[in-house]
Amino acid sequence: MLEWLSRLFGSAEHSKDKAKERLRLVLVQDRATLAPGLLDALKEEMINVLSKYMEIDVQGLEVNLESSDDQVALVANIPVRNVKRKV
Amino acid sequence: MGKSIVVTSGKGGVGKTTAAANIGTGLAQIGKRVCLVDADIGLRNLDVVMGLENRIVYDLIDVVEGHCRVRSALIKDKRFDNLFLLPAAQTREKDAVKPEQMKALVDELKKEFDYVLVDCPAGIEQGFKNAIAGADMAIIVTTPEVSAVRDADRIVGLLEASELYEPQLIINRIRPDMIRKGDMMTTEDVIDILAIKLLGIVPDDESIIVSTNRGEPAVLDKKSLSGQAFRNIVRRLEGASVPFLPLEETSRFKRLLRLFNLSGSKS
Repeated sequence: MLEWLSRLFGSAEHSKDKAKERLRLVLVQDRATLAPGLLDALKEEMINVLSKYMEIDVQGLEVNLESSDDQVALVANIPVRNVKRKV
Repeated sequence: MGKSIVVTSGKGGVGKTTAAANIGTGLAQIGKRVCLVDADIGLRNLDVVMGLENRIVYDLIDVVEGHCRVRSALIKDKRFDNLFLLPAAQTREKDAVKPEQMKALVDELKKEFDYVLVDCPAGIEQGFKNAIAGADMAIIVTTPEVSAVRDADRIVGLLEASELYEPQLIINRIRPDMIRKGDMMTTEDVIDILAIKLLGIVPDDESIIVSTNRGEPAVLDKKSLSGQAFRNIVRRLEGASVPFLPLEETSRFKRLLRLFNLSGSKS
């Protein structure tokens, strides 16, 4: 009854929304880590794009997915050696 | 040349075998020549769901190992002359068959049948690889739960890696009462996440348990709602455009209308 009342006034989150949100997050991780070569392909393309603008340290480049409670973030650490004057 | 379809899910217990039995029987009911193949070696079940467990002489491994011809291992259904079952071996392990052997077997069956339906075991190991080896198309069965949908997503990826594209989804065990309360993901939610084509939605229905108890697929029961859902799936497989069952209507008024059959026939 209490649950019903709180829903009536829109304060309680439906459990299916929670399910969908948790699924969305876990699938970002699953797909990125399980799809063969996905992250490597991404790294390679990032290097190509960035190299047009700056000289980057390819050896020191790190690209990872980091997840917290409510989001997954693509975190890239890319050491820059030099920036080009012209594109 | 017929078409081979694998029924798979990743997660166990979501209704793969029931779906395979019902779709196969439904296709036979409309006159198609159908062969059901139980690829769940060691955990054979399609025979009991079909009510054919007492007729088994040879099994899939006997055929693959050359102990008998395919024809002599096929069990004819009780109800339809155009429906056959190739049972799994119960006393062997999944690695007793190789994907190439399964593909050769399915290819041979496709020459004789309009549809070859392969019931895939749960999991993503050898049994899965065997079951998908000869498939032209995949049907993924899931339920509207986090674990089942996650596994279904993994299966989509693995099928793609095996060059089996555009799988179609059956969402099983839908509970309209829970959807109305916001406690179960809707069809739209699941499709939104998996981004694959929807083949059908099947309600959680006691008549499935009753029909499985009897060994008579629910698709033959005119009064069963899940039977109706499977008949619709069969028609969609045959290319017809059939509206989905109205399992998720939230409006009481609409439900009332339907109760009195005022909003057209059940689809």
